[in-house]
Amino acid sequence: MWVVVALVSIVPLVAAANSPLLAWRDPIYILAGFAGVAGLVLLLLQPLLAAGLLPGLSRARARRMHRVFGLSLIVAILVHVAGLWITSPPDMIDALLLASPTPFSIWGVLAMWTAFAALALAALRGRLPLRPRHWRYLHMTFAALVVLGTVLHAVLIDGTMETASKSALCTATLVAALAAVWRIRSQYGHAAAKPADKTVR
Amino acid sequence: MTTSSFHRRRLLAATGSALALGAAGLLRPAFAQTVAATPSMRGGSNNYRPEAPIIERIGGGGFWMTGTVRRAGDGAPLANQRIQIWAHTTEGHERDARSHGATLTDADGIFRLEMPQIVPAFGQAHGHLAYDSGDYETVFLRPLMDSPSQTSLEAHFVLQPV
Repeated sequence: MWVVVALVSIVPLVAAANSPLLAWRDPIYILAGFAGVAGLVLLLLQPLLAAGLLPGLSRARARRMHRVFGLSLIVAILVHVAGLWITSPPDMIDALLLASPTPFSIWGVLAMWTAFAALALAALRGRLPLRPRHWRYLHMTFAALVVLGTVLHAVLIDGTMETASKSALCTATLVAALAAVWRIRSQYGHAAAKPADKTVR
Repeated sequence: MTTSSFHRRRLLAATGSALALGAAGLLRPAFAQTVAATPSMRGGSNNYRPEAPIIERIGGGGFWMTGTVRRAGDGAPLANQRIQIWAHTTEGHERDARSHGATLTDADGIFRLEMPQIVPAFGQAHGHLAYDSGDYETVFLRPLMDSPSQTSLEAHFVLQPV
């Protein structure tokens, strides 16, 4: 499991680092692109951590990592957007206003806002008038939209990512998200699990 | 054939044909409106820099941007029209002045400008073209390349008289 996750995460980064397109880009544009790739890798890990699917990690450890990686994902999104804005302000403004000619932009913007929503829920956990299981459903729904939006965004882009390693990472991310939803639902999704709700996450 | 003689001959031809076309247009004032004007494309004007100079080629060349300019309605080719071109290439970003240039259409309304290889930027390999000389409505185009390995790209203008 760890080997698969490591390979699927690292190979796309190495392949992107060897992209011929890098020769024709400014450092800030390169940084923005890699923030996007790093964000995609974090999105593979997040559901695995949330559902405790990585062997050898205690649930408490996995949960702490899920929080740290979640914040890292938000930072990656901000660097991605800011770097692209500096590189070409009108293209980024079009994307954020949903007026871009590129079909992948709208998916990226969807993923960004749902990631912010998932972050807001995480930050306000326990302070919202939500039952733990409703909080969990909402957070998972936003997270699922982040994954879906990001994968569509990445797949439609002709950029520094190499096609095969990008496809593998995107597929693995979708599978991880589905597995996590299934695992969490089967753990807590029924009435009998209510007492456990208090201690979850 | 050297580039400069090609360019001068094209200019001479374009001037003559502009006069001829103008006369033809006057003789057929009631010609049916059959050819629709090209609308601007989304994002076409991004990183536009007004007044790009008319040049022999942008940078070192190796890639050809080609196309036609015609008049809305009768579809007559428009000679001597200034088309501005820019893109993210192997030699610079879209916003860089050195990535911008302009050329004029020939007697048949055809333009052709050599430029550096376009490379994918912001997720798509694409070019930008503008007509904004004022005699016709301004049009900004943003054609896509089918593959980043293409060494030419076409864009066609049908302009609406102001």
